[in-house]
Amino acid sequence: MQIPAPFDYVRASSVDNALALLDRHGAESRVVAGGHSLLPMMKLRLARPDWLIDINDLFELDYLLVDGPVMRIGAMTRHTTLLESDDVRRLFPIICDAERVIADPIVRNRGTIGGSLCQADPAEDLSTVCHVLEAVAVVRGPAGERMLSMAEFHRGPYETAVAQNELLIEVRVPIRAGSGSAYEKVERRVGDWAVAAAGASVTLAGDGTISQVAVGLTAVGLDHNVTEVEAILVGQAPAETLFIEAGRLASLACDPLADQRGPIDYKRHLADELTRRVLRVSCSRAAASVSDITI
Amino acid sequence: MQISMTINGTDVTREIEPRVLLVHFIRDDLRLTGTHWGCDTTNCGTCVVLMDGQPVKSCTVLAAMADGHTITTVEGLANGATLDPVQQGFMEEHGLQCGFCTPGMMLTARALLDHNPHPEPLEIREAISGQICRCTGYATIVRSIQWAAEHPAGAAAQTTEKEVHA
Repeated sequence: MQIPAPFDYVRASSVDNALALLDRHGAESRVVAGGHSLLPMMKLRLARPDWLIDINDLFELDYLLVDGPVMRIGAMTRHTTLLESDDVRRLFPIICDAERVIADPIVRNRGTIGGSLCQADPAEDLSTVCHVLEAVAVVRGPAGERMLSMAEFHRGPYETAVAQNELLIEVRVPIRAGSGSAYEKVERRVGDWAVAAAGASVTLAGDGTISQVAVGLTAVGLDHNVTEVEAILVGQAPAETLFIEAGRLASLACDPLADQRGPIDYKRHLADELTRRVLRVSCSRAAASVSDITI
Repeated sequence: MQISMTINGTDVTREIEPRVLLVHFIRDDLRLTGTHWGCDTTNCGTCVVLMDGQPVKSCTVLAAMADGHTITTVEGLANGATLDPVQQGFMEEHGLQCGFCTPGMMLTARALLDHNPHPEPLEIREAISGQICRCTGYATIVRSIQWAAEHPAGAAAQTTEKEVHA
């Protein structure tokens, strides 16, 4: 039987209250949202907070807003809400692709985008998605709010720039006209962590050439985008030969570990193949979005 | 700490340790043993209960987190002697063999049909994809849920002909 070590529990009533509680209870306090990463770690005694600050009542952080050039996603937005949002599907199909393969539908009822990003599991899908979409993390602390790029936010496996007395409150995703995006994951079975996954975002210029591109990989030892692909794709018209070369660069850029999910060469193969696939789908979605605008 | 919740329509208040998981609270404190405790790792889904109408895996929710919420367990599916259409469907279509996964499967089915009364077979499979039946009776489970979708009045419409022994 897995039971967490003893702790004290308190429910925050607002963001300010959560920050005050974090401040009061100090280093051994942890925030719990959906709890589907933290509670299993507590059950395995890999995490032993003295205080658990439950932020599930912070409905003020559960929102999806299209606000001019960005979509603002509250940190307490559940995976299910993201998956079912028409705005998300239209503007950022990569988020829907990823959400469909995050855990299972019941876990998605509880898990939140903020919790996923703050957990920063190396096999976690939304970190890659947010890197690819060049999202900005809004973090609030006693001194006010700060805005962090994903490169600044995500420091490595299980580590973010969010300080002990701070809270991730919002994710801002830039909306780009003429863009398309996609995510694809290989997993051993439904709900498992990725063997490997790839995400891409592409923006097409008026002449059909690629004006912006980002490719990210999940679970293969790369904490940032595959920047090498930009040089070969930007300014070019989408073409299969380019996707093949991008896949090759992605497989070289990653640094996977052999584990029970597969050997290194298999994971490099997946990085290659999945990069090609997500670029292909992103380009065709971007082309469809351009023709929508023209019509 | 003290927690209160509505479980199967009844208000309960108990003194608990904050680390008590919802599944153990339901089974050990409330003695509602219809909710099964399986893998303990959020994988198998036999511990699924409805929290405010949504399926959750109760091995990964603290009882404290359910404070103030409404919980439905398998004991709360039937209305007196009248079975829920989902329960009737599992009888009609042989939706269980050993029965261990059944409480979680039926609660997920209830939530699915509340949200989407006419699911496609693929949508049913997606809905139960976080739950494991080690008798591997998925085909009959899907058919059971389809039966419930096709008979929204369920047992109520049938009990006149066929007596149900609950």
